Amino acid sequence: MDNNLSSIKDLSPDLFQPALKEDRDSDRIRRPSIKYWPDVWRRLKQNRLAMVGLSIIIIMLFMSIFGPLFNKFSYYEQNYDLINNHPDTVHWFGTDELGRDLFTRVWFGARYSLIIGVLAATIDFIIGVIYGGLSGMATRRIDNIMMRIAEVVYSIPYLLIVILLSVAFSSEGAGTSMFVLILAMTLTDWVPMAILVRGQVLQLKESEYSLAAESLGASKGWILRKHIIPNTMGPILVNITLTIPRAIFAEATLGFLGLGFQAPRSSLGSLANDGLAGIAVGNAYQIIIPALFISLIMFAFNVLGDGLRDALDPRLRK
Amino acid sequence: MSRYLLKRTIMSIITLWTIVTITFFLMHSIPGDPFRKEGKMPVSVYENLLKKYGLDRPLSEQYVIYLKNLLKGDFGDSMKSKVETVNDMIRRGFPVSAYLGLEALLIALVFGPALGALAALYQNKLPDYISMIIAIIGISVPSFIMGTVLIQFVAKNVSWIPIGGWGEFRHTILPAIALSLMPLAYMARLMRSSMLEVLNQDYIKTATSKGISKSAVILKHAVRNAILPIISVLGTLISNLLVGSFVIEKIFGIPGLGKFFVQSINNRDYTLIMGTTIFYAIILIVLLLLVDVAYIFIDPRIKLTKEGR
Amino acid sequence: MEKLLEVKNLSVSFKTFFGEVEAVRNINFHVGKSETVAIVGESGCGKSVTANSIMQLLPMPPAFFKSGEIIFNGENLLKKTNKEMQSIRGNEISMVFQDPMTSLNPTMKIGKQIVEGLVKHRKLSSSEAKEKAIEMLNLVAVPQPEKRVNQYPHEFSGGMRQRVMIALAMVSNPRLLIADEPTTALDVTVQAQILELMKEIQKKLDMSIILITHDLGVVAEMSDRVIVMYAGQILEEGTSDEIFTDPKHPYTKKLLSSVPRLDMSRNEPLFSIEGTPPDLYIPPKGCSFYDRCDNAMKICKDNMPDFDRHNNTHRSRCWLNHSMAQSTEGSEV
Repeated sequence: MDNNLSSIKDLSPDLFQPALKEDRDSDRIRRPSIKYWPDVWRRLKQNRLAMVGLSIIIIMLFMSIFGPLFNKFSYYEQNYDLINNHPDTVHWFGTDELGRDLFTRVWFGARYSLIIGVLAATIDFIIGVIYGGLSGMATRRIDNIMMRIAEVVYSIPYLLIVILLSVAFSSEGAGTSMFVLILAMTLTDWVPMAILVRGQVLQLKESEYSLAAESLGASKGWILRKHIIPNTMGPILVNITLTIPRAIFAEATLGFLGLGFQAPRSSLGSLANDGLAGIAVGNAYQIIIPALFISLIMFAFNVLGDGLRDALDPRLRK
Repeated sequence: MSRYLLKRTIMSIITLWTIVTITFFLMHSIPGDPFRKEGKMPVSVYENLLKKYGLDRPLSEQYVIYLKNLLKGDFGDSMKSKVETVNDMIRRGFPVSAYLGLEALLIALVFGPALGALAALYQNKLPDYISMIIAIIGISVPSFIMGTVLIQFVAKNVSWIPIGGWGEFRHTILPAIALSLMPLAYMARLMRSSMLEVLNQDYIKTATSKGISKSAVILKHAVRNAILPIISVLGTLISNLLVGSFVIEKIFGIPGLGKFFVQSINNRDYTLIMGTTIFYAIILIVLLLLVDVAYIFIDPRIKLTKEGR
Repeated sequence: MEKLLEVKNLSVSFKTFFGEVEAVRNINFHVGKSETVAIVGESGCGKSVTANSIMQLLPMPPAFFKSGEIIFNGENLLKKTNKEMQSIRGNEISMVFQDPMTSLNPTMKIGKQIVEGLVKHRKLSSSEAKEKAIEMLNLVAVPQPEKRVNQYPHEFSGGMRQRVMIALAMVSNPRLLIADEPTTALDVTVQAQILELMKEIQKKLDMSIILITHDLGVVAEMSDRVIVMYAGQILEEGTSDEIFTDPKHPYTKKLLSSVPRLDMSRNEPLFSIEGTPPDLYIPPKGCSFYDRCDNAMKICKDNMPDFDRHNNTHRSRCWLNHSMAQSTEGSEV
């Protein structure tokens, strides 16, 4: 192949004239350009598991609102003629030992579980962003003190404090109020969010666009609102999706330990607790059904959170 | 490094003190006192009871006494049990719980990182999917559900595996599996992402360029480095195990500390709740400290950075 | 000169989300025994991919060999099984990587890392291995080698780590050393020491070196022959003398004039090549340098010229070599 170029004949001399300026552009971008959020969404959509999770969450949300309307039973209505009725065409999920319809109770349970999860995550988010943001923007000394405090709070075992608070603020046999449950769950769980936000703030504080904004006279609060928080949204979103199942799990465990909601309301965890006795006498459906729904919700949020994290990770972009 | 250890220990003590204080005041903030509910009793008896438990003194004084007793390792008396102190119950229940917990931890430690490493090595292939399905089940299914499912489908069908109880090794199989699944799943997921990151490191390429076998690259270079983050979360996982044990012991009827704890909650036995909570907290915080210290010795990089400060 | 390595028609591509990126496009070159060949070019020109292809260290997928042969010592490496490649890597061919800070395993002792490959290839006992490690550290002039073998990478400075990397690569007395930007991550003073060290050891052990770099100063210092790569292709090849004193390709000329010289006046602006190399996601049909070339002609747009031999060792790939282009040569800047 190393032949002499000049041996190639029959070329028009015109070809050896200087090239046209318009034809040459070395900064031409040939790859299609991709915007950030549409790209995240595109990659999330490619993740089938995450989409299954998202679908389950949407269906659960819908059914926890409208599910109880699908039949004529209420969650507290007892029917002593139909106790421990296995699932059939009337009671789709069967009835419990008091003859209450489990289909209705499961959707009410899912409603409470979801409310607790979302509320806990929201409060974690608010506290975390404020605390973490302040700590990150503050002077080194104050930042240090704030982080030490957060560390101590976070070393307090999560479920232990949840159980303790539920015991302390609920009267015997009556269950725990929503307020106490949420308080207990957010008492220590805001810390990861705060640490995450602080880390992002510190990282972004020094970045060029914040410096540029500051040199143009922007205030710290403005930078926090306009630059830092939008850029931190990704990791925060992931954290939220993973906080929800943690809170739901904690509540379910409480319910299972008999510290759940006030009767006759019951979350999925207390439904499972009620159903535990059913195993011995061949009514396993009473625990299997609520257990299945707890697991489904946990599954859905976990895979969605994982999917989001992968979709947001620039290193995983292809 | 000794400075770091000292700092870390002081932090642990502060945390413990915080927990003790919160626990104490929470338990004493409950309206009324535990003996009101015992039904009608002569005033003299009632006052004697208050005196016996020191409840007639000001709260601050009770707090100081409680702290002093704690320092001596005395968790106080149970309010409901006439024969056993809190210490007795811990002494009886803790070995059982510890045995179960260690067995579960062992299962999680053997299978979790292995599954995670396998998943990373076969990223987006069958072993990856299988491992991650196991991991997702482990994370999505709370241990109390796993426990009941195991009872329903395994214990009821396999004659030599009992539904519950304690005493022989076969009693421990199902509860240990149920308990191990969540930490196992966390480790598998963490190991997978850590391993994927390590496999992309330059030193893996260096190792490959030496002509050593692929398995040597993976075991000596990749796994050795990828497992470090797992060690650092071991403390948190043990904490999960511990809490999971309350539930598992309840389901399987195991006479461990968790069972006492759940019982004390149901009986509103405040001194026992306080005692067991604080005992759990001590165990956890000591373990967290140990894990951190162990990490310094395992990761050679840390020594220098800590000394350098 | 006897050929130790010959690369024939090698094309390497990467599968990405957008499609295939052709990182290396049909390249041919050889390396003679005890010769040092430099491959130069801007980042992303395919020089590192070429180096990693020889060792087969590219992650596959996404990378794959589209065509070609890599003949080492008379055998095609691309036909070798994984096991066979293992006995060549770190034994007959070794590699020094760009970043000494990340190329050593942080949790393994230095000594062990140096001899790990050798222990496998030569079945050394542990005491022999340790002795060898100390000997190698001595060779690369790491002070206190007896103490240093038992230390971890974080206890070494960048320059010291690169010495360790060189010891690691040289320990098996390889016939070919591939140095992928060995001094890029180092201070200038340390750079010179490392290059000096490589030359010295090359003389002692009599091996061939492929030096991958974008630094022409390093090339002048080290190499017998130079290969100029651009956008996955070779544009010019010649002896160091030929490339530095009589460059033929406009790209080579521009590369040379972009090296700052001591005799430049302060007011003279530093020369840089305007624009960026083409995206190899859709490689240009014609000459890849067309967009940035001052001498571009109409023919360059859609036609990639073949190599033109100027003499036995010097060849380049440019339409200016064509007899009909002589007239435009005068307009050169």
